[in-house]
Amino acid sequence: MNDTSHPVIRSGALLGLIALLGTTLLAGVNALTHERIAEQDKLRMLQQLNSVIPTGSYNNDLLADRIEVENEAFFRHTEPVTVYRARMNNTPVAVLMIVTAPDGYNGDIRLLTAINNDGTVLGVRVISHRETPGLGDPIEIEKSDWVLAFNEKSLRNTQVGDWAVKRDGGEFDQFTGATISPRAVVKAVHTALLYFEENRKPLFESTAIPATQNDKQ
Amino acid sequence: MTNSNLKKILADGVWRQNTGLVVLLGLCPLLAVTSTVINGLALGLATMLTLMASNLTVSLLRGLLKSEIRIPAFVLIIASVVTVIELVMHAYFYDLFKVLGIFIPLIVTNCAIIGRAEAFASRNSPLPSLVDGFATGLGFCITLVLLGALRELTGHGTLLEGADMLLGSWGQYLALTIVPQHPGFLLAMMPPGAFFGLALLIAARNAWQAREASRPAQPISTLVPNSNEN
Repeated sequence: MNDTSHPVIRSGALLGLIALLGTTLLAGVNALTHERIAEQDKLRMLQQLNSVIPTGSYNNDLLADRIEVENEAFFRHTEPVTVYRARMNNTPVAVLMIVTAPDGYNGDIRLLTAINNDGTVLGVRVISHRETPGLGDPIEIEKSDWVLAFNEKSLRNTQVGDWAVKRDGGEFDQFTGATISPRAVVKAVHTALLYFEENRKPLFESTAIPATQNDKQ
Repeated sequence: MTNSNLKKILADGVWRQNTGLVVLLGLCPLLAVTSTVINGLALGLATMLTLMASNLTVSLLRGLLKSEIRIPAFVLIIASVVTVIELVMHAYFYDLFKVLGIFIPLIVTNCAIIGRAEAFASRNSPLPSLVDGFATGLGFCITLVLLGALRELTGHGTLLEGADMLLGSWGQYLALTIVPQHPGFLLAMMPPGAFFGLALLIAARNAWQAREASRPAQPISTLVPNSNEN
């Protein structure tokens, strides 16, 4: 009791006790909220997916029918691209791809792109971006309907050169004071279409990621 | 602990030692999330809850916490409290959680919280510590809301936009459009606007303070009830 280690051990034990209490508290709260959080995440994801594909057009579990594809050269991005497959009685209906436009004005723009089985765009939504508020953010559906211009577009009805903003000779509008954000989005949607065109069969046929891994979204 | 002491604590936290306007602590979240009233209010409330819970816990444990381990112990306590708040927000206020994102976990790094734990809660009994946490949090929250209002009004011409994220669907009726067809004032929405706004608020508070000081005979401003008792 008279050596110097005594207060150190006491302090250490006390600190350990506090850490233990904190961990217990967190484990408890986590156990209470975990299910609801997973449910909320799933619900919001499904809501987002359903904004670009009519709910009546498919009847499979969209969130469970999910694969990830990696193709850095194609997507110009190292992160895997998540693909949800929509099917009606096991017949392919559409794919919903979460693609990333790496060349936004202020970093990555993540896009949800729904492509019908015949290669036309069903809809595009921006999931997350850090473009300048007021300049680049009309790419959001909440700010303007610019992104609806992609609906019905396909590689057949829109030539390669037309997949660009008007300033670059294409057919998509840019915004006043912002060309970079729409340019990045157009390019990413085009890339997604090209990828779908080349890989339609494997995209629909590869096995979905098992449900256990779905949890981490 | 007398009533007047508690009132003094309250007045200190809200006005005399306001975290955002006088002590200038926790400026990172203050400047980053105050683009709208609701964002400011939400982070202010989360910070207030954290302050109250951490002050109370630290005060209860103050007999046990020896000085050499108090800082890591504070950090553990604050981090636990913030994580609980984050989990609860994720589960029950999903939209707000998405908007505030990284700034919820970053409450941990708000030095105002560890500052109150160290300067007040570790030396006082639970009730005054709780009141101190409440007062400091309230002062911070008011600053966030004021700055949010200033920026939202000049930036978008609206107030309380997005109230439904915090209050449920009826909150959308609270949203006010003060200036219809507002073209959007980019400077107010971007970080520089936060600095300008904060500077204006600090200047306004200082001007008020100077005016109060220049006429000492006058009893008390409305914002500092009973400040002369101490």
